[in-house]
Amino acid sequence: MAKRIIIDPVTRIEGHAKISIFLDEAGQVADAEFHVVEFRGFEKFCEGRPYSEMPGITSRICGICPVSHLLASAKAGDAIMAVAIPPAADKLRRLMNLGQIIQSHALSFFHLSAPDFILGWDVPQSRRNVFGLIAADPELARAGIRLRQFGQEIIEVLGGRKIHPAWAVPGGVRSALTEEGRERIRQRLPEAYATTEVALGLFMKALESHKQEALIFGNFPSLFMGLVSPDGTWEHHGGKLRFTDSTGNVIADQIEPSQYREHISESVQGSSYLKSPYFKALGFPSGIYRVGPLARLNICERMGVPRATAQLRAFKQMGRGAVTSSFLYHQARLVEILASIEHVERALEDPDLLSEDLRADAGVNSLRGVGASEAPRGTLFHDYTVDRAGLLTKVNLVVATGHNNLAMNRTVAQIARHYVQGEDIPEPVLNRIEHGIRCYDPCLSCSTHASGQMPMRIRLIGPGGEVRREVVRG
Amino acid sequence: MAAKTLTIDGKEVSAQEGATILDAASDAGIKIPTLCHLEGVYDIGSCRLCLVEVTGVAKLLPSCTTHVSEGMDVHTDSERLRKYRRMTLELLFAERNHVCSVCVSNNNCELQALAWQHGMDHVRYDYCFPKWGMDATHPLFGMDHNRCILCTRCVRVCWHIEGAGTKNVAGRGAKSTIIDDLHQPWGESDTCTSCGKCVIACPTGALFSRGSTVGEMVRDRSTLEFIVNAREKKQWIV
Repeated sequence: MAKRIIIDPVTRIEGHAKISIFLDEAGQVADAEFHVVEFRGFEKFCEGRPYSEMPGITSRICGICPVSHLLASAKAGDAIMAVAIPPAADKLRRLMNLGQIIQSHALSFFHLSAPDFILGWDVPQSRRNVFGLIAADPELARAGIRLRQFGQEIIEVLGGRKIHPAWAVPGGVRSALTEEGRERIRQRLPEAYATTEVALGLFMKALESHKQEALIFGNFPSLFMGLVSPDGTWEHHGGKLRFTDSTGNVIADQIEPSQYREHISESVQGSSYLKSPYFKALGFPSGIYRVGPLARLNICERMGVPRATAQLRAFKQMGRGAVTSSFLYHQARLVEILASIEHVERALEDPDLLSEDLRADAGVNSLRGVGASEAPRGTLFHDYTVDRAGLLTKVNLVVATGHNNLAMNRTVAQIARHYVQGEDIPEPVLNRIEHGIRCYDPCLSCSTHASGQMPMRIRLIGPGGEVRREVVRG
Repeated sequence: MAAKTLTIDGKEVSAQEGATILDAASDAGIKIPTLCHLEGVYDIGSCRLCLVEVTGVAKLLPSCTTHVSEGMDVHTDSERLRKYRRMTLELLFAERNHVCSVCVSNNNCELQALAWQHGMDHVRYDYCFPKWGMDATHPLFGMDHNRCILCTRCVRVCWHIEGAGTKNVAGRGAKSTIIDDLHQPWGESDTCTSCGKCVIACPTGALFSRGSTVGEMVRDRSTLEFIVNAREKKQWIV
C-alpha cells in the first residue's frame, strides 16, 4: 500500500519547509518532494512604491543575505535611471558583496552543515548542532564564528551596520570606505585566511570518510548557471550569464542578465510556494539547472586570485568536466571564501575606495530595470517595471534558492531511495535527507520572498491520508 | 498688554496676555510634547499630544490653543496625560501604514521620536492597513499618504508662509487626505511654486525629496523660522 512520510519542518536551514517521501506498496521510495511552506508577498506589496525605496525594502527579505537584495535592487535602480555608476561605487559594492559571501558561507559551513559531517550523522540530535561543535572543538567553532564576524565587519565598516544597511542606492552608494575602516578589515585578513585553510583541510579529511555521501547526496547531471566575466573568470557581482552542462560544455554564454526571461521559465507546483525555474531551451523538467557555489566553480575557468585558483584546480579534479555532487557544495563554498578574502585583500589596495564621487543622479529614463548579482546561494534577479513617475507597477524577484528547487527535489529523492527501506526510518536517516537540502544552503525567507528555529515533525501518512505514526523531536 | 501670572508644574510663571500655555511653558523651559505645532504658523490643536491638565477644569486642554489666564494651575505631566498621549500615538500608528525600518525619515521623524519618548513598544489597536497611494508626479518632491498623520503643517506653511495655497485637505475623518489644488496630481498643480516648505514642515516621511532612500530625509526647519522672523521683524524692508 502506498504511503507518504513527511519531514516537517526541515531544520538547520533558513526558513520553513517540509519534505514528503512517498513509499510504494512494496515499501520502497517512489518519490520525494521538498515543499516550501512560507508565503511572503514582497512582489505584490512593493507595487506602488518608488524604485528608490526598493533596496531598503527588499533587503528586509532576509537577515542572512540582506546585502544580496540590496545590491541587486540598487542595480535594477541603476538600470531604470539608465546611468553608469561611478567606478568607486561599483568597487565598493563589490567589496560589500565579498563580505556578504564570506559571512553567509561561514554560517552555512560552521553553524549549519559541519555538525553533520564533523560530529557524525549518528550523534544524538541534541548534540548535532553548533553547540555540539563548540563542545567538541571549541577552537574550531570559535574560529568559524569569527570568520563569519569578519564578513559582517566588512559590511558594517561600509554600511554602518552588519544587517540591513541601507547603503547601496540607485545610482551608487551613500558612503565611501574610511582609512580607519580599511585598517580594521586589513588587520583581520591573516586570521580569516588561517581559518579557511583549516576548514578546507577538515572538509577534505571528512570527504575521505564520506565517499558514499558524495556519491548519493544530489549526484546527478544537470546544467549549471551563474555570472562569469567575459574571459571566464569567477564573478560575484558583475559579468554576464553562462550555462554549462554536466560535462563542462558551455551551452549558452555572455547572456545579458536583463535577458534572463529569454532563457529561463518558471514552473509552479501546487505543493510548494517556491517556483521551479528551468532552462527554456531544454524544457521542463530536463532544463534543470543548479546555481550557487558549485555552479559558479563549474562554469568558471579561474578565480582571478592565485590561492583560490589552485583550490579550483583541485576541485575540478572531483568531476569529469563538471563536479556533479551537491555534497561538494560545501567544498565550493570554502573555495569561494578563500577567493573572497583574496579579492578583499586586493581591493583594499585600491585608492578609489576612499573616493567621494559615489552617486550618479538621474530621473526615470527606462521603464524597466533588471539587476543581477551573485548572492551566496546563487544568481539573484530583481526585475522592476515602473511608471513615468518611478512607481513600481510590476516586481519579479528570481531568487537563488528558487533556481535550485528542482535540484533539491531530485537530491531528496536520491538520498531517500538509498537509505529508506519501508516505514521504519531511524532519525539519522531522516537527518541525511535533510542534509541533502542543507548542501544547497537554501534561504527560504528569500525564495518565498521567514526565519526561526524549528523543531522537526515526521509524519507517516497512509494512502487514505490518515496519519499512521507521528514522531516529534526538538 | 497685561502680564498674567500662573503656575506650571508648580513653577510660578508670568506670560503676556493672549499667550498660549505652550508659549508660557516653553519660555519657562518646560517641555510639552507637540506634533501638529510648528513655529511660524498658527496652531490648530489637532494632534492632541500637547494636552495638559488645568486645575478646576475637568477636560484636558490643548496647550497650543489655550490662552493663559490669571492664577491658572497647569500640570503638563501626569499618569493620566502619559496614558492619553501614548494612546494618541498608538492610534496615529494604527491609522495608516507606518513602517519605520524602510522609511525615508527613519531616525529623523517626529512621530517616531515621540513614540520612543512615550515608551510605545507596541500598538494595542488593530492596524487599519488602508490602501493609500503615493503621488510621485512632482519633479522634485513626493507625497506618500501612507505616512501622513494629517497634522496639516504642509497646508499651513503653503497658505501662510509661501502664500501659494496649493495644499488643502479633502474628505472627512480618517478618510481625509492632503490634496493639491482641486485634487489633481501634484506635478500638474498650477499654483505650486516648488518652494519645498511643505517638505521642510512635514514631521514624518509623508513629504520627501524625490530619490530619497531609507533615513535620508533630514529636514532643516531653520529656513522656515528665518522667513517668518524676517517677515515679522520686517528685516527685508529697507
